Amino acid sequence: MSSDCGSAFIDLRAITKRYAGVTALDCVDFTVQPGEAVCLAGENGSGKSTLIKIISGVEPATEGTIHIAGEERTVLNPRISAAAGVMVIFQDFSLFPNLSVAENISFATQLSQHERFYKSGATRDIARKALDRIGVEIDLDARVEALPVAQKQLVAICRALASQARLIIMDEPTTALTEKEVRRLQSIIRMLKDEGVAVIFVSHKLAEVLEVSERVVVLRNGKKVAEGPAKDFDTQSLTYHMTGRDVPEVPPSDVTAGAETLMQVKRLTKADSFSDITFDLKVGEVLGITGLLGSGRTSVAKALFGLVAPDEGTIAVDGKPVPTGDPQAASQARIGYVPEDRLTEGLFLSQSILHNVAVGRLDTHSNRGLLDMGNLAGEASEWLTKLKVKAPDVHAPVQSLSGGNQQRVALARWLSRAPRVLILNGPSVGVDVGSKADIHDIIRNLATQGIGIIVISDDLPELLATCHRILVMRDGKIIDNLDGKSVTEDDLAHRLAS
Amino acid sequence: MNGWLPKDIWTRNETLVAGVIVLFCVVATLSDPRFFTITTVSDLLRASIVIGILAVGAMLVLVSGGIDVSFTAIAVFAMYSSTVLFLAVWPEAPWPLIFAISIVFGAILGAINGYFIAFLGLPTLIVTLGTLSIFRGFLLTFIGSQRISALPPSMRDFSRGVLARGTTEAGNFYSIPWAALALLFVIIATWFILKKTMLGRSIYAIGGSVESARRIGINVKWTQFFVYVYVGALAGLAGIIHGSVGRMADPFSLVGLELSVIAAVVLGGARLIGGYGTLTGTLLGVALIVIVQNSLIVIGIPTTWQSVTIGILILLGTGVPAYRAKRAAARAG
Ligand SMILES: Nc1ncnc2c1ncn2[C@@H]1O[C@H](COP(=O)(O)OP(=O)(O)OP(=O)(O)O)[C@@H](O)[C@H]1O
Ligand SMILES: [Mg+2]
Repeated sequence: MSSDCGSAFIDLRAITKRYAGVTALDCVDFTVQPGEAVCLAGENGSGKSTLIKIISGVEPATEGTIHIAGEERTVLNPRISAAAGVMVIFQDFSLFPNLSVAENISFATQLSQHERFYKSGATRDIARKALDRIGVEIDLDARVEALPVAQKQLVAICRALASQARLIIMDEPTTALTEKEVRRLQSIIRMLKDEGVAVIFVSHKLAEVLEVSERVVVLRNGKKVAEGPAKDFDTQSLTYHMTGRDVPEVPPSDVTAGAETLMQVKRLTKADSFSDITFDLKVGEVLGITGLLGSGRTSVAKALFGLVAPDEGTIAVDGKPVPTGDPQAASQARIGYVPEDRLTEGLFLSQSILHNVAVGRLDTHSNRGLLDMGNLAGEASEWLTKLKVKAPDVHAPVQSLSGGNQQRVALARWLSRAPRVLILNGPSVGVDVGSKADIHDIIRNLATQGIGIIVISDDLPELLATCHRILVMRDGKIIDNLDGKSVTEDDLAHRLAS
Repeated sequence: MNGWLPKDIWTRNETLVAGVIVLFCVVATLSDPRFFTITTVSDLLRASIVIGILAVGAMLVLVSGGIDVSFTAIAVFAMYSSTVLFLAVWPEAPWPLIFAISIVFGAILGAINGYFIAFLGLPTLIVTLGTLSIFRGFLLTFIGSQRISALPPSMRDFSRGVLARGTTEAGNFYSIPWAALALLFVIIATWFILKKTMLGRSIYAIGGSVESARRIGINVKWTQFFVYVYVGALAGLAGIIHGSVGRMADPFSLVGLELSVIAAVVLGGARLIGGYGTLTGTLLGVALIVIVQNSLIVIGIPTTWQSVTIGILILLGTGVPAYRAKRAAARAG
């Protein structure tokens, strides 16, 4: 054990953190050596983000001592910890939507250099260098609010890379990224380690976690339940430690034979985004759409729900045409859409969980204009149980939930609307392994009830576990239409990348 | 970047407001050729000074994600009490000193707002609604409710000082007072703070996301506190200028103007949710409001229609760019 080693960069002893009524961390010891990559694993709500907030000074610990770079810190705030070289990529990105990409990336660096004056030249230099470092091209003058999620995440990563960090903490840095950027990020992590920078890495993509880290720390219900060199763990044993149970490999579902066509999409085209998208969705079918970042998969998903207006093409549900480019019309045709960016776009963070789930159902629970609150609450909590949302009660505000549980609330809201066609953009982004399997179960169940489901994802095992058919997109076109049963993961990966 | 025009020039409020101003001037000149003269322009400029200074402050608060409705009460409080103070102790004092004291009074009252908002974390609208009543009530109850027209002589000297004056060929008199310099100074100082200092950038950052600002180590409390102190100081300046130029310390003036000022700022593109707002936009908004308040009659719209016109302008001026931005976002996917 290295916890009593004087050279540790981060040394937390017996840290406990209590929020009103909830013990998020319970007497946790945690150390990080210089240049070490530590993976922090655990189910949704196990306390990973809380631990990170304590190290970065965002939240004070209730009990315990904190040493950073050998010095005891009785007072810690984001400034002090940043000055000591701790940089964080937060789960929710924590960017400024109204500021430019350049300013978002360099703001923290300039603060830590105690700059008093703002120099736009220096700002751009810092930002350009950070972007070059991970080899991506983003317009420096673009406002962050106008960027797609993946680029927001890249900006958040660049911000952490911009300053001279000694420890970079990444709280689920890859939820919105695809294979290519994830690999790029992994090589950056290796590069950082060579430079002596330590890394704490949180992710629910277990394979990815094991690949980059040397040591694994597993939390469950706020307690440390396992710790050891990464090579002693594999996906299975990690899952076991996280959940306390074995999660069976999910078998692919049965194809419904001879079902009627539910949704017909014909020659959907939008300049510079996608072209000639044509497919049918049958009753009870799960259709996967995959592709790399920029392949047009998200634009197509949005177009199906009317959030993007296509230049040409038609959509029909049950043989009746649905006006394109009009989310309300899509809603009326009972198409549901769970967006990719649920964490930052889908929820009313300061309102209760119940309210967030029920908001989509107000119309169906009114009785001559008056809301039937009891009924509404009953139905909402039913969905919350089905999705295993970990919350003290349904009246707690959504912002007090862990990131993964917030995702589930968003999902519950859309599922409770009982749609005919459900479009899920990244249904299990940021959700832990155990519940991922649960969500896949739910998808399959919904399909057997006759809902047509479209899953947009780049998580190949997820597609294989849920989809009857998989469409592969590249450069805005569908290049493959595969049978979910006969395709293998390797084959799919190959088609994506080639 | 291509050229010197910002890429989003057609979806900005500034463009729209500037367009409306030009349109108004064209229509007004067509219906009354005497409209577009240096006399009119200098009249409008004079009318813009006090509103302009107040609007710059209001804009800063909106950018920081708050809203302040108490600045008119601060302005009149600072103006009236510094006048009363100097009349009692040193009526011969030079005007820069009287101005400085009014600014200090304003800053102190602003600090009270800032304390409640930044350090106790109370909602800005509620705090400033409260202080609006308190400052005003305190002024009228304890300091005085009489109009004073015998101001310290140096304040009158200030109001007589002109940068330029003359008579047009048509025999109309025009002048640009010293006070215009004060507006210019406020604009330059605020521009510098917002564009050239980390403090100014922090104000935008806080308006964008308080929690993100806190997490990257911005000192949110002091930044907010600064905003309210600065706005208070600007209100103190605007108040004393108002008193000097009007040659009367009237404890009932200014209060009630705050909504017009906020309207001007919102017309100029500042958003109530925080994070957005520019000096150019604010000044254009002020120009438009002042024109509407003073010159509507020239194009044949009766003055009673003033507030209706302002309301329509707000709906169009903020609604149209918002609608365009939404369309642009939908197109971009
Ligand atoms: N501000 C808060 N108020 C009350 N409870 C909170 C607050 N923040 C977190 N919690 C609780 O603390 C526990 C740990 O949350 P944390 O965010 O650390 O989980 P996590 O391990 O990061 O999960 P995820 O994988 O879902 O991101 C949760 O039960 C959560 O509900
Ligand atoms: Mg988390």
